[in-house]
Amino acid sequence: MLGALAVAGLCLVGRAVQLQVLDREFYVGQGDARQQRTVPLPAHRGMIVDRNGQPLAMSTPVDSVWVNPKDVLNEMHRLPELARILDVPAENLAERIARGKSREFVYLKRHLPPHIAQAALDLEVPGVSLQREYRRYYPTGEVSGHLLGFTNIDDVGQEGLELAFNDWLSGKEGAKRILQDRLGQTVSDLGQIEAARPGRDLALSIDRRVQYLAYRVLKSTVQKYQANAGSVVLLDATTGEVIALANQPGFNPNNRRGLVGSHYRNRAVTDVFEPGSTMKPITVAAALEAGKIAVDSKIRTAPGYLRVGNNDVRDTRDYGVLDPAGVIMKSSNVGAAKIALSMETEYHWDVLTRFGFGQPTGSGFPGETTGYLHGYHTWSEFEQATISFGYGLSSSALQLARAYTVLANDGVLYPVSFQKGGLDGVRPSRVISSQTAQTVRDMMQTVVTRQGTAFKARIPGYTVAGKTGTAYKYSRSGGYDKDRYTSVFAGMAPATNPRFVAVVMIDEPQRGHYGGVVAAPAFAELVGDALRLFDVAPDDLPKGQRLAGQQADEGGAA
Amino acid sequence: MRLVEARRESLPVRLLKWLKLDPLLLLLLGLLMTLSCLVLFSAGGGNIDLVLRQLVRFGVAIGVMLFVAQITPHALKLWSPWIYAVGVSMLIAVAVIGVTGKGAQRWLDLGFMRFQPSEVLKLAAPMMVAWYLGDRALPPTVRQVLVSLVIITVPMLLIMDQPDLGTALLVGSAAFFALFLAGLSVRLLLAGGGLALIAAPIMWFFVMHDYQKQRVLTFLNPESDPLGSGYHIIQSKIAIGSGGVMGKGWMNGSQSQLDFLPEQSTDFIFSVFGEEFGLVGSLLLLLLYVLVLARCLRIASRAQDSYARLLAGSISLTFFVYLFVNIGMVSGLLPVVGVPLPMVSYGGTSVVTLAAGFGMLMSVNANKRLMNR
Repeated sequence: MLGALAVAGLCLVGRAVQLQVLDREFYVGQGDARQQRTVPLPAHRGMIVDRNGQPLAMSTPVDSVWVNPKDVLNEMHRLPELARILDVPAENLAERIARGKSREFVYLKRHLPPHIAQAALDLEVPGVSLQREYRRYYPTGEVSGHLLGFTNIDDVGQEGLELAFNDWLSGKEGAKRILQDRLGQTVSDLGQIEAARPGRDLALSIDRRVQYLAYRVLKSTVQKYQANAGSVVLLDATTGEVIALANQPGFNPNNRRGLVGSHYRNRAVTDVFEPGSTMKPITVAAALEAGKIAVDSKIRTAPGYLRVGNNDVRDTRDYGVLDPAGVIMKSSNVGAAKIALSMETEYHWDVLTRFGFGQPTGSGFPGETTGYLHGYHTWSEFEQATISFGYGLSSSALQLARAYTVLANDGVLYPVSFQKGGLDGVRPSRVISSQTAQTVRDMMQTVVTRQGTAFKARIPGYTVAGKTGTAYKYSRSGGYDKDRYTSVFAGMAPATNPRFVAVVMIDEPQRGHYGGVVAAPAFAELVGDALRLFDVAPDDLPKGQRLAGQQADEGGAA
Repeated sequence: MRLVEARRESLPVRLLKWLKLDPLLLLLLGLLMTLSCLVLFSAGGGNIDLVLRQLVRFGVAIGVMLFVAQITPHALKLWSPWIYAVGVSMLIAVAVIGVTGKGAQRWLDLGFMRFQPSEVLKLAAPMMVAWYLGDRALPPTVRQVLVSLVIITVPMLLIMDQPDLGTALLVGSAAFFALFLAGLSVRLLLAGGGLALIAAPIMWFFVMHDYQKQRVLTFLNPESDPLGSGYHIIQSKIAIGSGGVMGKGWMNGSQSQLDFLPEQSTDFIFSVFGEEFGLVGSLLLLLLYVLVLARCLRIASRAQDSYARLLAGSISLTFFVYLFVNIGMVSGLLPVVGVPLPMVSYGGTSVVTLAAGFGMLMSVNANKRLMNR
């Protein structure tokens, strides 16, 4: 009998040795696998600020409530109190848990304010935990919706600059080991494996104040003319930086419920239109540069139409003999066509390409269009003629504004940029001579005179150079609709030493359709405000009138 | 000679002897109780309340032991049939009007306390067998063995019906040890073993409850159901195994402190001990138990008559069965049957029953036959 006792005793000893000596490693590993978890350390996304450091997009801490279904399945009677705090139906929670019961992680509700999430945690329902996340908040709302785009619930950029600069803005999650108990509650930190690296801030070239003005003036214009859509782009003429860019219809990135895809589209960058008469100054510049015309050339536009091949180019009336400035001021299609036809097609195409038509702007904005410009070898004579007044090629509002910076910036093209300080590594390129640019700018100043097409584009105190465009919209059934227009005004100010280039494009205005009527007032209002905000010295004060500041200075000196 | 020896004993020893207590056994039991408090403090996450409540139970248990020790083996023998009869009656009462708890009908509600009659049978059954065989010539005849088996089987079946397989097996083995120590022939033992083998499939298909079958299946392959029935055994093996040779240190067992261990202050307290004190601690604890067992067997061997010897022997062996089943269970050698670690697990019932048994051993020791008889 003692033998049997000894055998039994030895069994226990042997088992202890087996578990605690021979298989120790295995059981230590099994224990760690149950007690230790690697959890992510959240890293917030970088802030987007305007050129003055004002916030445009920022990440605010929120908490998401999640659960390990395995732990809560025995405590389902506690769901109603949890549901009350989370403000969701209890059946909804039960269903989520049931659906995820083979998993270890199921979100109950995401992105809650921290105090509500804490209240949910304080119920101490087994298996319920919080995860720190960040929610994107856009203080300017709809004003810069298209520009910034938005992120998805996982904080990844989906549209706009949030998408374009996602890598720059994204933080890098860290990781740490924690010790947790059977209910999944964290007991202690075992230390950080990798530190979380927050995303970098992004300084845009946008000026929040001007952006707001652009949004406001565009919205009121689109409403006033019951237009289908509209875009406005304001560039810094000296650097190519985008100061403001807005579209209608817009959307509020903070609340995207019930929106359709067309609201998200940043039309100024992604959509093309035929620029119409706004092409005429570029046609004139190209011909001047080639020496095909001179400032004092006489161009016969009588009798108000021109036969090119089998088609007619028409003016609204017979303007008789015009000089190049007159062609721009009166917006004569016949004049522009005659000037265009004086150039070699290859040369004409080359100049347009250098102005950026049919080319990417290099802004890097997601979904950016290049516009369309057919190769010159396919051009018919008529096509070359229509291109001179903006039909048969297409461009985005941003591309058109960029092309106008060549005229504004004494012939040099800067890459457009949404980043403050412009793009690194892209050199400005000379497109036309400084002399030609200045000459065309002078001609464009006549547009805003009483005799021109856009008297409403003038800005008190500043000289303005610009051009209207009123283009029939191309019909889906072929040809052009005579009742659907694109009304455009592209221009710059002060004309003597341009600081801003702006393009206002209104799609299908209902009451009135001339660019000089629909788009020009919006241009004047926006650019005028921007000039004053940027403290640009007026260059067109009536004789004897001076700035208040200058007067005060001189008074002090006297 | 004996007078001289008596004079050399110290005052506390003489006091204990006057109280009919065996100093050595008392010392060993005291060590076990101290260990129990230490481990309970850790298993309870540093909560002193659990320890205090256990100390109250130890106090009651020592009182019971002291009381039982005053009863002579002769009186115990006289009362044996009556205690057995009352015990079996109460088991029948439980089956009829008992209180259900944790899925089994085990308790009698006495108004002021809940009482588990099956505990009484752990002592009453071996007492009855010892009473029946004590006055007869040993070894017992086949007829006497059969009668003894009836004495053993009746309470076992009643307890299994509650259902409480663990206690039924303990009661059965306690009474069977009395029969075995009376001199069961090897031939009969082998025949019984053969019968058991035949009975096993019958038990499986007609007697055992689903939860009992589940326990056996889980025992055979705990990993088959790691989230359900196998969970206890897996967590327990991890606790013991990860303790290693030296253990993780008192209050430092991660499995126990993080709540992964089931029932860690009651049935699975050895897992806490093994995790925190390692192989060294486990072996020392086993050694302590072996010393208790050795002392008990020594007392049994010097009992004054066959009744006392059979009773003392069966109580000693049952103590070992407790130990073996509990440690075997938590270390995955045996199925989970719900047997506490004797004198260490939290809980009053088993401690009091064990103390009553030790009280009987003390009584047997105090009335041992004279060496020179």
